[in-house]
Amino acid sequence: MHKFAIAIVVGLFASIMTIGTANAGETLDAIKARGVLTCGVNTGLAGFAQPDSQGVWTGLDVDTCKAVAAALLGGADKTKFVPLNAQQRFPALQSGEIDVLTRNTTVTLTRDSSAGFNFAPVTYYDGQGFMVKKSLGVNRAEELAGATICVQQGTTTELNLADYFRANEIELKPLVFVELAEAEQAFFADRCDAYTTDASGLASTRAAKAGNPDDYAILPEIISKEPLAPAVRHGDDAFYDIVKWTIYALIEAEERGVTQANVLDLKASQDPNIMRLLGTTPGMGEALGLDPEWALRAIKAVGNYGEIFERNVGTGSPLKLERGLNALWTDGGLIYAPPIR
Amino acid sequence: MTRGHAPNGPPPLPRGPIAWARRHLFNTWYNAILTLGALYLIALGLKAAIGWIIVDAVWLGGSEACHAAKGEGACWALIAEKHRFILFGTYPYEEQWRPALAVALFVAAVGLSTWRRLWSRALVVGWFVLFAALALLLHGGVFGLTPVSTELWGGLPLTILLSVIGIGLSLPLAVLLALGRRSSMPLIRAISVGYIELVRGVPLISILFMASVMFPLFLPEGVTINKLLRAQVGIILFSAAYLAEVVRGGLQAIPSGQYEAADALGLGYWRKMRLVILPQALRLVIPPMVNSFIATFKDTSLVIIIGLYDLLGAVRTATNDPLWRAFTTEGYIFVAAIFFVFCSFMSRYSRRLEQGAGERRPQ
Repeated sequence: MHKFAIAIVVGLFASIMTIGTANAGETLDAIKARGVLTCGVNTGLAGFAQPDSQGVWTGLDVDTCKAVAAALLGGADKTKFVPLNAQQRFPALQSGEIDVLTRNTTVTLTRDSSAGFNFAPVTYYDGQGFMVKKSLGVNRAEELAGATICVQQGTTTELNLADYFRANEIELKPLVFVELAEAEQAFFADRCDAYTTDASGLASTRAAKAGNPDDYAILPEIISKEPLAPAVRHGDDAFYDIVKWTIYALIEAEERGVTQANVLDLKASQDPNIMRLLGTTPGMGEALGLDPEWALRAIKAVGNYGEIFERNVGTGSPLKLERGLNALWTDGGLIYAPPIR
Repeated sequence: MTRGHAPNGPPPLPRGPIAWARRHLFNTWYNAILTLGALYLIALGLKAAIGWIIVDAVWLGGSEACHAAKGEGACWALIAEKHRFILFGTYPYEEQWRPALAVALFVAAVGLSTWRRLWSRALVVGWFVLFAALALLLHGGVFGLTPVSTELWGGLPLTILLSVIGIGLSLPLAVLLALGRRSSMPLIRAISVGYIELVRGVPLISILFMASVMFPLFLPEGVTINKLLRAQVGIILFSAAYLAEVVRGGLQAIPSGQYEAADALGLGYWRKMRLVILPQALRLVIPPMVNSFIATFKDTSLVIIIGLYDLLGAVRTATNDPLWRAFTTEGYIFVAAIFFVFCSFMSRYSRRLEQGAGERRPQ
């Protein structure tokens, strides 16, 4: 009977345990064999990756992953999301637990080189910003001289703040808090004049915690660079190309006015750019090792870049973020796709 | 010799709640003032609490209804909206009857197991079978159930699974470690002492972290071991080290006469332990053991750091939603209530067990 019990325990564990077969260098083959794209996402960041009330993942990073899955595997539902915290994300990618890291990760030199990752195009240009009460009458960050600023202790945010004020030779009166939530609370309780953290964080805080969100303004200055981009492992260039050009295709689609709604109609378009993008003129998909309709499927699944932005973080979402740096280059932003040809 | 009359005791004190209150709460003028003051404060607190929890609370509707209440009352609409996520995490929505059924089966099995008349070996086997069945139910892939990978498991079933398997498998390991630590064989003793001291010397969070972040890097490239399994093994190993010391306390409390008597009966080492020493030793340490179990149950919430949504992690993620972010307190109260029910059940039941064990102890 003891043997029986042991057998059950072993069987139980065997049922929980699975051994994946993702080999670095053969990521693409492994994904195709598995039929599922595994994406590492944030454990919960509104607008970027967040399970909704039904446990379904939503957000800008989530849509990026879905677009790649649609282009590569033919369906946006052929995805698996692995929630990761800040420390786990890189080992998870290095060890092959995930195929692509779409988890609001800032591109830096060391991550791109010695850590062994390749970064796809930036999907969101974030950076540290300021929020003030409108009644304060401040319109630019330089006017914050002598103002008390709530900030979280021990973060790059605090260092950036000091750097910025020193560089601009204005007087800084920081009020530091150990927890971000405390800093927010202090700001809304009028203990300080301004509150600083990443601009996307400012927007979500304003949406969630302000008594009346319209009483608060986010200043236009961004004082640090946080370009957030998906990452893949070194060593599988074909897969890297697919991730990279799927994102470019979403951007190109916005520039050419291709949307989730009209993408099927535009297959009849005579614009050579659109014809190349949607595979009416074949060649692009084949070059990536995909079929001609790869981009069409991605756009059909999640919409173009502008639609993804609007739905998840834009003015139509609770975060109410302006496009700002994330506008197309034609609108004065940084979002730019090289020619698809 | 005749028995003399015992002297009469003092006249009996008046009984009843009023007399009790007079004796304890209003026996002096300053106590009376303190009592009235305290009663007034309690009434104030209760009024505010009831107002917030029940009277002014928003029970249904969207987050707008809650924002409109401006913090006057609790926002239970959050629970109405998010309870499925809090209870079952990212488990596929249409399939959530499966974790619900699993929890119901588990609770029913616990209820049956508290019935002393059913205690037998069959019950132990039954538990193993039950857990295999529950894992199968959650995992799917057989009998037409859609497979659901363990990354998606979350909420209450995950908390129960991690803690019950953690408790169930760490106890035998702990007994072995405790016996090993008292063994006369130097190598076994050294291994046991080394293991216990090493694991007790590091926090659970670092073990989980090693299991989830460092461990995969040591594996051959491409081989990944399920995250849930890694966390589960981490919890078992951690909890075993603490329990081992509890069990050792019980072993030390057994008088050496018991060991000698067992030897005199000609019992070998394992039979001596199984038939004479351990039944007495384990009975002695029920309170600290339950202490350890409760700690393990609550510690499972640390798995959030490795990206698994247990009950607490799920509520944290649910209230990350910008629409509901202002109502984290309500979410935490909800899970606190669930944790309280489970933990208080464990401690109440252990008290009953002790009493029962005390009655049956041979005189």
